[in-house]
Amino acid sequence: MASSATVGDLVSQPYKYGFVTDIETEKIAKGLSEDVVRLISAKKQEPAFLLDFRLRSYRQWLQMEEPDWASLGHPPIDYQEIIYYAAPKQQEKKASLDEVDPKLLETFEKLGIPLSEQKRLSNVAVDAVFDSVSIATTYREKLAEHGVIFCSISEAVKDHADLIEKYLGTVVPGNDNYFAALNSAVFSDGSFVFIPKGVECPMELSTYFRINSGDTGQFERTLIVAEEGASVSYLEGCTAPMFDTNQLHAAVVELVALDDASIKYSTVQNWYAGDENGKGGIYNFVTKRGQCRGDRSHISWTQVETGSAITWKYPSCVLQGADSVGEFYSVALTNNRQQADTGTKMIHVGPRTRSTIVSKGISAGHSSNSYRGLVQLGPKAVGARNYSQCDSMLIGDQAAANTYPYIRSQQPEARIEHEASTCRISADQLFYLQSRGIAFEEAVSMMVSGFCRDVFNQLPMEFAAEADKLLALKLEGSVG
Amino acid sequence: MIRPDAPVLLEIRDLTARVEDQPILKGVSLTIRAGEIHAVMGRNGSGKSTLSKVLAGHPAYTVTGGSVRYMGDDLLTLEPELRARAGLFLGFQYPVEIPGVSNLEFLRVATNARRAGKGEEELDTFAFEDLVRERLQVVQMDPAFLERSVNEGFSGGEKKRNEILQMALLEPLVAVLDETDSGLDIDALRIVAGGVNHLAGPDNATLLITHYQRLLDVITPDYVHVMAAGRILRTGGKELALELEERGYDWVDAELAALERTPAEVG
Ligand SMILES: Nc1ncnc2c1ncn2[C@@H]1O[C@H](COP(=O)(O)OP(=O)(O)OP(=O)(O)O)[C@@H](O)[C@H]1O
Ligand SMILES: [Mg+2]
Repeated sequence: MASSATVGDLVSQPYKYGFVTDIETEKIAKGLSEDVVRLISAKKQEPAFLLDFRLRSYRQWLQMEEPDWASLGHPPIDYQEIIYYAAPKQQEKKASLDEVDPKLLETFEKLGIPLSEQKRLSNVAVDAVFDSVSIATTYREKLAEHGVIFCSISEAVKDHADLIEKYLGTVVPGNDNYFAALNSAVFSDGSFVFIPKGVECPMELSTYFRINSGDTGQFERTLIVAEEGASVSYLEGCTAPMFDTNQLHAAVVELVALDDASIKYSTVQNWYAGDENGKGGIYNFVTKRGQCRGDRSHISWTQVETGSAITWKYPSCVLQGADSVGEFYSVALTNNRQQADTGTKMIHVGPRTRSTIVSKGISAGHSSNSYRGLVQLGPKAVGARNYSQCDSMLIGDQAAANTYPYIRSQQPEARIEHEASTCRISADQLFYLQSRGIAFEEAVSMMVSGFCRDVFNQLPMEFAAEADKLLALKLEGSVG
Repeated sequence: MIRPDAPVLLEIRDLTARVEDQPILKGVSLTIRAGEIHAVMGRNGSGKSTLSKVLAGHPAYTVTGGSVRYMGDDLLTLEPELRARAGLFLGFQYPVEIPGVSNLEFLRVATNARRAGKGEEELDTFAFEDLVRERLQVVQMDPAFLERSVNEGFSGGEKKRNEILQMALLEPLVAVLDETDSGLDIDALRIVAGGVNHLAGPDNATLLITHYQRLLDVITPDYVHVMAAGRILRTGGKELALELEERGYDWVDAELAALERTPAEVG
């Protein structure tokens, strides 16, 4: 009897990054208090201004409520059950990669991120963050020749305290929202990028985040500053082992672009998503915001969100400078019991500011996938324009897709265009492709990548093909 | 062209199939040899498209009995894509639209899949462009259709031409064309029929599903079969089609009624 591949046959594609690295870690006791905040700051030997920032944020967080407006449901998070600091025991950052614990190098190699001199990617500098700590950053010297700073945020606090003090918390203030306040109080590590005036960053920069511990929250903080006329393209990737408990990940990313500067920020998010019944997986509550502070500046967010049990994430642009441009390109894929509520905010402040939003949501299994976006045009945003396109693709008949576009405009003449569509991959379409000799998985992947093309085209070349493969892998078995 | 000694390409025996709980095919038998052109006619709902989809391996249909041998092998255990790679082609009655998938890319992947099935090497994009431009002539199709998504926004007739273009690229051994003539204007019918004739040869075979004599005026069938209620009720030469054109299908009811009354005798 002919047996065409069905959901059940293929669903059980294992998550290939689910292994745990057996390494000695230094952890503090679980729970959160002012003392814990002080302890984290002390461990990192931070200057007073930063401890102040943390404490202020912590006190504000205590006054805040966890937001409940997103289309997400999860059991309450017990913030006292989380460990707020964990680091592999080799504390001292090594001057040379040869001194880094081979187990860590091996871990990243297994994840497809070779760090060693011989094997590393030729035109991508990588900062590797393992649990709460950055363990290595490649190509630092080469970047330094161009005046580019690329290091962990902890190192930046030590070596470039003036820049940190000048920019940290200026885009996402310590009390911005519940999860941002929590992050501001306890953030552990992350990346810092500084591109000085007039410099075009000579290579792709990338941070790879790895959660290893099962009971640790990850609170990384990334800050990217591009001075006048500078430009940079940055990519972050993330994976985590499979645990049947949920881990909290609450990151903050701030981007600052001065006059004529350009920042392109891409994310391929593949945190562990939980099993097919929704057990385990990362709770991903992330605040990402870029400020086009200067005239003609340009910030572009591209995200491919495939992992996490819950995704709560709205990479946004504040378009302050005249003629500045904000872009948001997103593919969010949910399968099994995953839930995603993601989108963007384009806040047009300056005149003739322009923004583009392209969102592609793919929902399979019993998952739920919502686009939530705000386009706001303030009183000075004369001549501002926005174009939004939100497309949903449903696979199977148990998944849900929603679109919540909000528009607030004080510019009656402004051009704001919104297009939306929903489609479903049908068994007949797949059969058509199969009947032309194309295998089932390839057929699904052809249809999905066709759907996502506008977004994948925005990814740095090296990663576009990866993203394609990742989606295909995530969807195996979801159509039948 | 009938050659009794030509190799059998497709042999269908007592094939029964259902969709959900409803039996549709109730015992179809049909033997197709290399070089032959068969026409299957019959009323709406008699099971013609079902037969074609069961042959191609559509997952909605469950085979409940009988056998199909293709080039001597059991066809029914093969995944649909393997049937296609082995040279079985189905021209759909209703080709679906696949937004976002480029027609050119689709045709290239399909062609290479079939080539792999024949043990031929993959064509790169340039070699494929040359091939597809040549095959476009067969159906006199505008190259602009290559740039669009598969069948998306194509008119009914354009979809059918795209089917024949696929057939021209895949060079099947057995082509089942389900009402490829429906919805075509007179010129298009001539072009499509010309394409089918052009591709038909001594080593392959064609199964045409059609309602109209006008197609059989341009493609001369060796055999004409009449399907009714999931069976092949009668088989004849090309004159059977002319007879149907004249008499319609009323006689079918009488024969079917007779079949229902004496199932044992007719087996
Ligand atoms: N997927 C399906 N679900 C339910 N019923 C079906 C399905 N496919 C076919 N049928 C039924 O099976 C019968 C035969 O359908 P089929 O499409 O094979 O007819 P046909 O001979 O091709 O007709 P036409 O000449 O109109 O194209 C019809 O009664 C049809 O409603
Ligand atoms: Mg039909």
